[in-house]
Amino acid sequence: MKAIVNVYLKNGVLDPQGKATHHALESMNFKGVNDVRIGKQIIVELETEDRDEAQKEVEEMCEVLLANTVIEDYTIEIA
Amino acid sequence: MKVSVLRFPGTNCDFDTQYAFEKLGYDTELIWHKEERLPRDTDLVVIPGGFSYGDYLRSGSIAQFSPIMRAVVNYANSGGKVLGICNGFQILTEVGLLPGALKRNNNLHFISKHQNIQVVNQDNAFLNRCDKSEILNIPIAHADGNYYIDDDGLKELESNDQVLLRYCDANGNRIVVNGSVTSIAGVCNKEKNVFGLMPHPERALEDILGSSDGIKMLQGFEQ
Repeated sequence: MKAIVNVYLKNGVLDPQGKATHHALESMNFKGVNDVRIGKQIIVELETEDRDEAQKEVEEMCEVLLANTVIEDYTIEIA
Repeated sequence: MKVSVLRFPGTNCDFDTQYAFEKLGYDTELIWHKEERLPRDTDLVVIPGGFSYGDYLRSGSIAQFSPIMRAVVNYANSGGKVLGICNGFQILTEVGLLPGALKRNNNLHFISKHQNIQVVNQDNAFLNRCDKSEILNIPIAHADGNYYIDDDGLKELESNDQVLLRYCDANGNRIVVNGSVTSIAGVCNKEKNVFGLMPHPERALEDILGSSDGIKMLQGFEQ
């Protein structure tokens, strides 16, 4: 079973990379971009075939290591 | 005073830090991160700068799980003094011994230069040889030094005198160097035995190399 984890800076925490990329898009004449935020995707291959167990385990991984919850939020998609 | 200096894969200020404390007359020992215990006679643990684990995932995030860190957390929780410089500061926030987090610099650059910093609180085991509001000239060298803490956390830091240092100009006015909340360059924990800062006092020991302001900072731990 595969878990796709997306980690990104919390709303309200300034994302300097997103901001720089936003400015770059504007300077290339892409109009109408309201905001750009940059995060990272972590793909975890798991042994279990149990969705609930996978979800629980990956949540724990996010809390202890994959995300720094002081500044980051995460989403988990089990595939 | 016995100073235990930690080394992780990717640490690169270990010898500078050891040299600095030896030069000031203290005993030192380098401690490999696989060790599970600190030397019994340790008076101060220093986590030096560098790029532990190549800054993979986040700066300091992997090092927090090295075996020696459990010993460091126990040491700190029983009142032992711990100093984290640069990557050491990042590791201490990741492991939860210090509040807040260090983000990518707001201009996305690796910043390496001499920088003025102002002493905000000197009534602690680290900066007691400095004067309040004194301006120190200390090198900085980091990409992830943008200190973040939420508003409630900042109020708590300020009311407990946990803000140690702020970036400033030659007149002591706060300046934006890397985007840190209120220009914070260093903090300590509530109990005032765990200290973290982005600037490198161990690189400021000789006037001929730009500054010797780091001496009284490192000597502070002698009390």
